[in-house]
Amino acid sequence: MNNRGKLNLSTLLLLAGLFAFLLILPHFLKYHQQDFLIFLTINVLVVVSYRLVTLTGEWSLIHAVMMGVGAYTSALLSKNFDISFWITLPMAGVVAGAMALLLSYPLFRMTQFYFLIGSFAAGEAIRLCWIQFIKPFGGTGGTSAIPSPELMNIDFLEPIPYFYLVLVIVSICVYLLYRIEKSRIGLTLHAVHWKGVLAESVGVNTWNYRALAFVAGSLFVGIAGALKVHYIGTVAPKQFDIGFMVFILIWVIVGGYRTFYGAILGAVVLSVLDEVLRGVDQLRPAIYGATLIFFILYLPGGLESIPHKIKKMYQQKRSRAT
Amino acid sequence: MDLLIQTVVNGFIQSGFYALAAIGLVLVFGVMRVVNFAHGELVMIGAYTIWYAHAQNGVPYLFTVVLAILIVTAIGLLMERFLFRPMTDDPLGGLICSIGVLFILQVIATYVGGEGPSKQVPPPFEGTLIVFETVRIPYQRVFSIGVSIFALAVLWYFLTRTKLGWAVRAVSMDREAAALQGISTVRISMVAIGVGAAMAGLAGALMAPLTNINPHMGHNVIITAFIVTIVGGVGSLPGAVIASVLYALFHTFVTTYFSGTIATISGLLIMVLVLIVRPTGIMGHRVSE
Repeated sequence: MNNRGKLNLSTLLLLAGLFAFLLILPHFLKYHQQDFLIFLTINVLVVVSYRLVTLTGEWSLIHAVMMGVGAYTSALLSKNFDISFWITLPMAGVVAGAMALLLSYPLFRMTQFYFLIGSFAAGEAIRLCWIQFIKPFGGTGGTSAIPSPELMNIDFLEPIPYFYLVLVIVSICVYLLYRIEKSRIGLTLHAVHWKGVLAESVGVNTWNYRALAFVAGSLFVGIAGALKVHYIGTVAPKQFDIGFMVFILIWVIVGGYRTFYGAILGAVVLSVLDEVLRGVDQLRPAIYGATLIFFILYLPGGLESIPHKIKKMYQQKRSRAT
Repeated sequence: MDLLIQTVVNGFIQSGFYALAAIGLVLVFGVMRVVNFAHGELVMIGAYTIWYAHAQNGVPYLFTVVLAILIVTAIGLLMERFLFRPMTDDPLGGLICSIGVLFILQVIATYVGGEGPSKQVPPPFEGTLIVFETVRIPYQRVFSIGVSIFALAVLWYFLTRTKLGWAVRAVSMDREAAALQGISTVRISMVAIGVGAAMAGLAGALMAPLTNINPHMGHNVIITAFIVTIVGGVGSLPGAVIASVLYALFHTFVTTYFSGTIATISGLLIMVLVLIVRPTGIMGHRVSE
């Protein structure tokens, strides 16, 4: 962490390769696989922004609803007031962030278990409001016919152009989140998590930093929500329920929450697994559940810890041999 | 006026379910410090047992109630042995494990009952009790509230008058001190989750003829249980019972005069308010970490 997040040459090359791969990938996929790729890319932003929230050691259960706040903001503004996507997209982030700021006052009076339950309750209350108040939000069925983005003459109803759009926006956001984590602020967040009392004693206002992480994480996930619903064309309360929140948790835990790329790894690996399991729809949640339990019990470090484990085993073997 | 009295009566009857469903959550959290997110699904499995054995295969109702309690208790004990016990020092890990169980139980229910519309169980007790010619209570509900009160009374007797019950309360007050007194915390954890799961199974069995049964019914149960637990004071059983009565009355009133969704929204807001203003709830006491 001493180079403070500056990327070195080999990482840059790797990233360039990844981008080249992602640019040509959708052309070799079937229609529904292109859809899948778009959602996967958006979910990467969801987990990375959730990671920022969890850096301070608090696991919130409101992240999915925050995504919904962004989604509803952008959808309703662009549909009812005919505002361009390019304005409603940042608006989605701003409104989700503002909502998080508002909620941070009651929620951060709690810690640990109470915070978890409190965030769940607050999120569920917001989500039920979308169901209850049919006038702006559209009730259980949600709101459909959300306009798609307009830029020159590109048809964003097609998956491939929309994928490129998502890729660009998500990459920018993920890069920003990476820089935040590696910045002084990010280091302080780590300190708040692991040495909260010590951090306070050297003058860190832990409350402010927890709120900052929560607001910033919500801002980015709001953008992710907007990206999602402008592609689907429909926004509904069901998309942001506790079930989706649990998926976010599973991705982060199975991937590993100790490193930045762990969460991304979890989202990608599990989503691909999910796509492969498409044939056995009924069973999918159970497989997810079993995977989650397996990882918590036997591999708490997540997927990203596997290379370390193998390395360790190899070293032990060698030291025994000599 | 009639509607008012009827609503009060309905609220009281509802409180029986709430208390039964919440008490397992409180007991498990008190003793093991783990939030069992799959608790609502335990209630759901109880209801499914009634649907499958009684409504589908004609086994007598009372017999299936016992069966439901046994099955759900067994699931609870399995969860303790294979998930919560290895996760003793990691409450978050225990919670996440229980989310995994939640998914698995929902899939099992979907397999047993199939997809499609919610299931209904015809009430085994027919007829309606009419009090003062205005208040109407179906006998099924009379039975439910009677059994609920009886079960809670038995639990109260167990916790306050028996040695094992004292041990359970001792562990939930101070785990280490209890262990130092020679109380086996593992055994007490098994008792706590066993009793809690039995109550959940009973709640599901009593609820089955009065509600729509589907694999996702646990969601509403867990929200109710959370609200009751927090408002009553985390870890406090009398608090949970009092909060059940209050919340059931409140929820029934708002549902009758406004709508069910508004009732749940206000319940959640009350819960958040309690968490802010008085995190120890009505009856709770501060837990030292």
